[in-house]
Amino acid sequence: MISKEEVEKIAKLSRLELSEKEVEKMQKDLSEILNYFDVLKSAPKVKTTNHSLQTTNLRIDEAKDSKVADKLINASPDKKDGYIKVKAIF
Amino acid sequence: MDLTTLTIRQCHEGLKKGDFTSVDLTKAYLENIKKLDKEINAFISVDEQGALAQAAQADKKVSSGADIGVLCGIPCAIKDAIMVDGLKCTAASKILENYVAPYDATVIQKLKKEVAVILGKVNLDEFAMGASGENSAFGATKNPCDKTRVAGGSSSGSGAAVASNMACFTLGSDTGGSIRMPASNCGVTGLKPTYGVVSRYGLIPFASSLDQIGPIAKSVEDVKIVFEVISGRDQMDATSQNYEFKEKKLDIKELKIGVPKEYFYKGLDKGVEKIIKDKIEKIEKVGAKIVPISLSSVEFALACYYIIAPAEASANLARFDGIKYGLSVEGKDLLDVYLKSKGKGFGAEVKRRIMIGTYVLSSGYYDAYYKKAQCVRELIKQDFAKAFTKCDLIFCPVSPIPAVKIGEKTTDPLSMYLMDIYTVSVNLAGLPAISVPAGKIDKLPVGLQIIGNHFEENTILSVAEFIEKN
Repeated sequence: MISKEEVEKIAKLSRLELSEKEVEKMQKDLSEILNYFDVLKSAPKVKTTNHSLQTTNLRIDEAKDSKVADKLINASPDKKDGYIKVKAIF
Repeated sequence: MDLTTLTIRQCHEGLKKGDFTSVDLTKAYLENIKKLDKEINAFISVDEQGALAQAAQADKKVSSGADIGVLCGIPCAIKDAIMVDGLKCTAASKILENYVAPYDATVIQKLKKEVAVILGKVNLDEFAMGASGENSAFGATKNPCDKTRVAGGSSSGSGAAVASNMACFTLGSDTGGSIRMPASNCGVTGLKPTYGVVSRYGLIPFASSLDQIGPIAKSVEDVKIVFEVISGRDQMDATSQNYEFKEKKLDIKELKIGVPKEYFYKGLDKGVEKIIKDKIEKIEKVGAKIVPISLSSVEFALACYYIIAPAEASANLARFDGIKYGLSVEGKDLLDVYLKSKGKGFGAEVKRRIMIGTYVLSSGYYDAYYKKAQCVRELIKQDFAKAFTKCDLIFCPVSPIPAVKIGEKTTDPLSMYLMDIYTVSVNLAGLPAISVPAGKIDKLPVGLQIIGNHFEENTILSVAEFIEKN
């Protein structure tokens, strides 16, 4: 069984606040799921590629007025003068 | 005449002949939504005004005598993870409960260009994570065929809305079976296209290397009509492929159907097995060659999927931080805002998947889990590539069992994951697959899954049409 401390560490890395009860349930669920992943140990070895279909379809990187900037700013919970407001980090 | 029972093609003919208008059609659907949806819970939001305005627009186009596309004036509904400009887009999550989409997804631009009518946004498992539809923050969608059972997920509302005549067609998205599962459970047809054939621009991402948008509708022909409109290369999606749908007339007698022995093992419901085998027998009787094949990697597919999908989800969902959009909970510093907003905004299954994803990507575990899963993904791809040297299409079940009772599997996440056993490999390999109604166990529908090679949607659809008629 994965420990309480380990669950709390992963939760912190995930930026998730979990209640005592959630941590307990997560210990049980994650342990069961991670045990299930052990089946992969018996899989034959093959070489990997990164994507299900290789693609090089990148568009030219150029600025265009998509006319959504205001809407995007407006969607943020806290804003001022066309900027998104964030708590001070220093 | 009940207008809501008509297929897209029948609606189109009726509109052209002047038997009814798009406003008539739209009103009939809105009426059904009012009457039925309190119980079914397929819709998260209904845009009555917008739909009627768009319908009037369509009617103007029809009466002007202009050449109209088949989707002109046809009422549809959209999974609430696909953005429609100006409408709320919640992903069935508390964290996006009041989020208004700032632009149209590419598929929506395409539907609007055809003057299709958007009735509203339909329910799903939160962020499309689930096989039953029960993970929605706004309540489970009930199966119209048996309201004590789930509609199937994650595109639960997309399946149920079509099955109960609350939309003529819907769009869903499929990351590990999320179009095929509700289509199978609700007795309608749903297509998961080849990865990259339909643009993902404007789809709230779950696992970007697996996600694909596709149609659910009342008939195979309807699915084909919608697929033809929404598919094609889009420069706003870097993984999008050059693709143009071309109708394929084929001779069943020249067809080789692969039947993977591993898909008919223990755990498969006897009733489902019989329905699928009957369909295989039927197509054999008219001359198709049945080829026994082996997809031995299926034993690893679920573990592979439940590593890769949560890993990508944990990165994709990092954006919901209480700063840029959605729910924001007050905290003493920036980190506290993150922790509290995510802690309060996400439901249990989303938290679970973010945790799994973070775990398998974390230092010390990356090689054992994520890297291993990528190797197995390659193995699965090779397995299918080998299979398609021996056959044109693969026939198998969509789900090992018909729709489960609401609440039956919610306490045990792993048992819920096992429901995806026959669907996830298709996404891992980027293949197209359809769920087409094949029969019923009592009143519960069972779908046949037809898997094709990359870009073989037209072969799948042609054979699905045969299955539908026979």
